[in-house]
Amino acid sequence: MKPVAGYVPYPPRAFRTRVSTYWWLTSWPYLRFILREFSSVFVAWFVVLTLWQIASLIRGPAAYAGFLEWLRSPFLVALNAVSFLFVVFHAVTWFNLAPKAMAIRMGGKRAPALLITAPNYVAWLAVSAALAWIVLGE
Amino acid sequence: MSKRSNEPLLWLLFSAGGVVAALAIPVHLFLFGLAFPLGWIKSPSYESLMALIRHPLAAPYLLVVCSLPLFHWAHRFRYTLFDGLQIKHLNELINTFCYGGAILGTMLAAYLVWTIP
Repeated sequence: MKPVAGYVPYPPRAFRTRVSTYWWLTSWPYLRFILREFSSVFVAWFVVLTLWQIASLIRGPAAYAGFLEWLRSPFLVALNAVSFLFVVFHAVTWFNLAPKAMAIRMGGKRAPALLITAPNYVAWLAVSAALAWIVLGE
Repeated sequence: MSKRSNEPLLWLLFSAGGVVAALAIPVHLFLFGLAFPLGWIKSPSYESLMALIRHPLAAPYLLVVCSLPLFHWAHRFRYTLFDGLQIKHLNELINTFCYGGAILGTMLAAYLVWTIP
């Protein structure tokens, strides 16, 4: 057996300062990072809402009317407004990260970030317009 | 012996879910969560929505829009708890909750689109 470098199950206790549980409140970039990660909770909420919507559509017109009534309650409107801001935040940060994740080379150099970011925004606009057009039926 | 990691697969699902969530969810949430309930835009009727989800492409679309973003959530939320709250000792419980939730949600979505009359 060759010794495996890297992971050690029980490393010796060296001096380490304890990182506060609230480290992400100490600076704006940290907070922004945690907010970006937290946007995933609102992504999951959207899926719950959509599954609920499909289920009430299947159950019939009365059930769907009840679902729409529930969506009109102030709490749901507020929750969905916050969720909307978070999913837009997710989309913007996701598209802005794309040039860092995709290393496309042009003539031996990394392609400029805008060249990768811009098509993402165009796609976002196109998909949004197409979906709205389909849902609104015109 | 080292076990093959399933991290690349989970990352792929996270990444695909992130793309789907970024492209499709804002407009969905704007229409159904804000514009229709607040009366900014007239909501489509029950019949037209039923016609829409009966379309042959609706089932695969709804499945993708529900499933992949759940795996995106599972991966991100898991690491948010890991980094943000530093609760490493609950790792197994958190993983089961996150990926288990995504799998359950996917199964529920598959069941629902299967039962569309």
